[in-house]
Amino acid sequence: MDIINVDYREKIPNNVNLTEDRRVLKALEGWHPGYLDWWNDMGPEGFQESLVYLRTAVSVDPKGWAKFDYIKMPEYRWGILLAPPEENRKIPFGVHLGDPVWQEVPGEYRAMLRRLVVIQGDTEPASVEQQRHLGKTAPSLYDLRNLFQINVEEGRHLWAMVYLLHKYFGRDGRDEADDMLRRRSGSKDAPRMLGAFNEATPDWLSLFMFTFFTDRDGKMQLESLAQSGFDPLSRTCRFMLTEEAHHMFVGETGIGRVVQRTCEAMKAAGIEDPNAIDKVRALGVIDLPTIQKKLNLHYTLSLDLFGSEVSTNAANAFNASLKGRFRETSIDDDHKLENDIYPVLKFVDGAIKLVDEPALTAVNMRLRDDYTRDCAKGIERFNKIIERLGVDFRLALPHVAFHRDIGEFKDVQATPSGVLIDEATWAREKDKWLPSLADGEFIASLMKPVSEPGKFAAWIAPPKVGIDNRPGNFEYVKIAA
Amino acid sequence: MADADRKLSNGTGRIDFATDPSRYRHWKLSVEGDVATLSMDVDENAPLFEGYQLKLNSYDLGVDIELADVLERLRFEHPQVRVVLLRSGKPRVFCAGANIRMLAGATHGHKVNFCKFTNETRNAIEDASAFSGQRMICVVEGSCAGGGYELALAADHIILTDDGSSTVSLPELPLLAVLPGTGGLTRVTDKRKVRRDHADVFCTTEEGVKGKRAVEWRLVDEVVPNTRLDDVVKERAQEFAGKSDRPKDAKGISLSPLKRTRSADGVEYSSVSVELSRAERIATITLRGPDAPPPKSADEMGAQGAEFWPLRLARELDDAILDIRLNEFDTAVIVFKSEGDPEAVLAYDRFLQANASHWLAREIVLKWKRVLKRVDLTSRSLVTLIEPGSCFAGTLAELVFAADRSYMLIGRMDGDNRPPAAIMLGETNTGTLPMSNGLSRLATRFLGEPDSLERARKALGQKLDAERAAELGLVTFALDDIDWEDEIRVFFEERASFSPDGLTGLEANLRFGGPETMETKIFARLTAWQNWIFQRPNAVGEEGALRRYGTGQKAVFDTKRV
Repeated sequence: MDIINVDYREKIPNNVNLTEDRRVLKALEGWHPGYLDWWNDMGPEGFQESLVYLRTAVSVDPKGWAKFDYIKMPEYRWGILLAPPEENRKIPFGVHLGDPVWQEVPGEYRAMLRRLVVIQGDTEPASVEQQRHLGKTAPSLYDLRNLFQINVEEGRHLWAMVYLLHKYFGRDGRDEADDMLRRRSGSKDAPRMLGAFNEATPDWLSLFMFTFFTDRDGKMQLESLAQSGFDPLSRTCRFMLTEEAHHMFVGETGIGRVVQRTCEAMKAAGIEDPNAIDKVRALGVIDLPTIQKKLNLHYTLSLDLFGSEVSTNAANAFNASLKGRFRETSIDDDHKLENDIYPVLKFVDGAIKLVDEPALTAVNMRLRDDYTRDCAKGIERFNKIIERLGVDFRLALPHVAFHRDIGEFKDVQATPSGVLIDEATWAREKDKWLPSLADGEFIASLMKPVSEPGKFAAWIAPPKVGIDNRPGNFEYVKIAA
Repeated sequence: MADADRKLSNGTGRIDFATDPSRYRHWKLSVEGDVATLSMDVDENAPLFEGYQLKLNSYDLGVDIELADVLERLRFEHPQVRVVLLRSGKPRVFCAGANIRMLAGATHGHKVNFCKFTNETRNAIEDASAFSGQRMICVVEGSCAGGGYELALAADHIILTDDGSSTVSLPELPLLAVLPGTGGLTRVTDKRKVRRDHADVFCTTEEGVKGKRAVEWRLVDEVVPNTRLDDVVKERAQEFAGKSDRPKDAKGISLSPLKRTRSADGVEYSSVSVELSRAERIATITLRGPDAPPPKSADEMGAQGAEFWPLRLARELDDAILDIRLNEFDTAVIVFKSEGDPEAVLAYDRFLQANASHWLAREIVLKWKRVLKRVDLTSRSLVTLIEPGSCFAGTLAELVFAADRSYMLIGRMDGDNRPPAAIMLGETNTGTLPMSNGLSRLATRFLGEPDSLERARKALGQKLDAERAAELGLVTFALDDIDWEDEIRVFFEERASFSPDGLTGLEANLRFGGPETMETKIFARLTAWQNWIFQRPNAVGEEGALRRYGTGQKAVFDTKRV
């Protein structure tokens, strides 16, 4: 069996020797038609017949793992790809620290592991559903292609999780795999499991924010699952991270290009005051304060995805050696957290206070702190763009107590700088901090599709380089009439 | 003190069972015509004890005291309510069950009595459905775990939303190494008749069961998509309401606050006195008979409302028993005494019987049934002293038969001019106030001697003096004034010298002869198994599951099967 290269003569491309695994192959073949139905119903609307210049993973070798070609999305070869096994890998944390990694699910952890896989898996198709209408308003063929690349890869990530469910979790796993296709983002009957994945992605700035913030949460989750003592999960997540990097690239460069375009337009028009919103908007670009509001929204929705700051479930998963921390192996501690503490911002006696909690129950908080640091670096890069173009404005991450639905601050209101306020003040002021209906309408008014190769909507700058080093006027999507 | 190891959040030293809607922190009731909606919306920052939060609609005794109160009020204050919809006031969670941090930190005595009280409250829900025409439909959206599902199990009908993530579960064993303590296992097998192997899978699956399988396994009655939920709930409510015999336009009575004065050594109510002799570890509860004849009509009874003597007395006795259970752990013996005219007591029984079809009379008899069951289930030695001037007749005579022992004085004490002690039996003693085994206390008493039961029936309405009562087997001992004081002193001293645990077990075994019912099973198994497991290191040891819950660390078990 070739564990590096993927055999595309198979119906389901894979590097897990599926032909030899009749039981799982049969199960996956049973699931396949339902997946295609889901893709056709809930995948990108209006472009299923178009030829899209997509990359397809052909190998799990970090050097040169993908090839690019035109393909119709429903014919995309969704495969099952696991990073190559690390020889003699040992469990890097938790109560089983130092034991050889598991190739089979330990009975006592089956339910907990299944839950982790299901929650991760549920997010993958959700974002495809959230983004399905965006094709109609793409600011360029380049962006359109990037959207579709993300969509097919989220689809593949679903396959990755479904493979684990089918292979390792028996009938319950198969039921869960079916439920992944049954739940729908934003549905009242069967919503996706996590809040942020039921929110609308109404415009392209939302998409960029989503891929910057929410996919970065995905990255943190995958990073911590990649540490898992359950080796198939670890290998799956390691390969998914390779693809996830592109999604965050789309977010980061997307926001950067919007910011750049706004600053350039302001400069050209001689507008110095970034808060002169009407004047800036009259230029057909998105003013920086509105970008900040979008950022406030998506960052806080994504913070909620980390769950409660102090969490028994997270502690159990860490202690059971199922879900580790970000870059677990490079952390200098005992990797068991038996006696360690970790500071957590909590709401105590009406005030926001830093409280020491047992590190084991605070693993969510730690992961979220790592996430915030990662986000802050990105924000700094946007600020560099603003600074370079000579505009006097800084984007910033809001305080963690601001606009929260989960965790310590869910029942209080706070300003983006972390000042606690009452409900009345919140109701009065919130449109200053979060996108208002009018902001949404303004952004929507800019969302006009641009489908001529090499051309870009006026509210966004072109990218520095093309995908797969293609030239600026490359036709990334051949739109079917 | 209530619980020496922990501090009550209310700053007092006692758990108070009396509450009213103006003080609720955890429940909201809204009534629309014949349908009431009872929403559980637990205030996480209002726990009974300090040191934990009631997250995710988890509950402690404080939450359940409110529930018990609102259920009583639904019966008495809302006679027109035929269906109660039990729902969660929180998104994505129905109820996470008993609060685990509360359990982990509670004394054993508190845990046992907490579970007992919650069981009594769940039984009251079923009682309302079976005898009072007030049916309950439980609407589950989000997770419904452990005690949350046990609460749902008490309802007549469980509707679960089919959203792909709402589940019902009994995760106690896999998660905490204990059992569902509020009748969950018994109701799964005996009420919902879930197949035993399905029940085994269900009770060992931490995350529970959802959707179609929950219906197939009879864990819930139906699953409904969110978008149809409101319609289906409305439909079911109408269906169930149609089957109820509750009055359409009756006016409820207000359950006004109990008149209660507490002193260091006791409590005074309008018709009940509690005297605590802490050195002797004895609580004496004296019940006083009516001071006026029964009203002329049911309307007049309604006008008296909560002041109507039988209801007032039942509420006061209930409060007194609960207060002793949870606040006076050192009390070894509860002594029942009474003062009044037995004929007058029997006259009230007859009045209630004559108005049996009136909703309020029915509720009052049912209330007495529940209070007396509460007495049966109280883990203190119960003794009834039948002395001159007492009024153990009809309903109150049940306290003679509920007791582990009864002593009756022959004749009078020197210098006492009150009438000699007499017991009077009434219709209430032969069936309207059954124990949890489904039999009357007399039938349970005479399980092995049907002739005695027949003889007792023939004595209905007669004034039975001590010798006659002893001859009929209605009292344990009839003693004359020479032996009385000494015999009783010796009994108290002997009782106080025995192992309290041994007595609890012994009395619980001897009180419930005869058939098993779901209720007797629930309490017996709670006592036998759950309370055993609650004591074992695998649950409560330093490395036990209950103690380690929430730390992320795994429990370490002693692997020997017992």
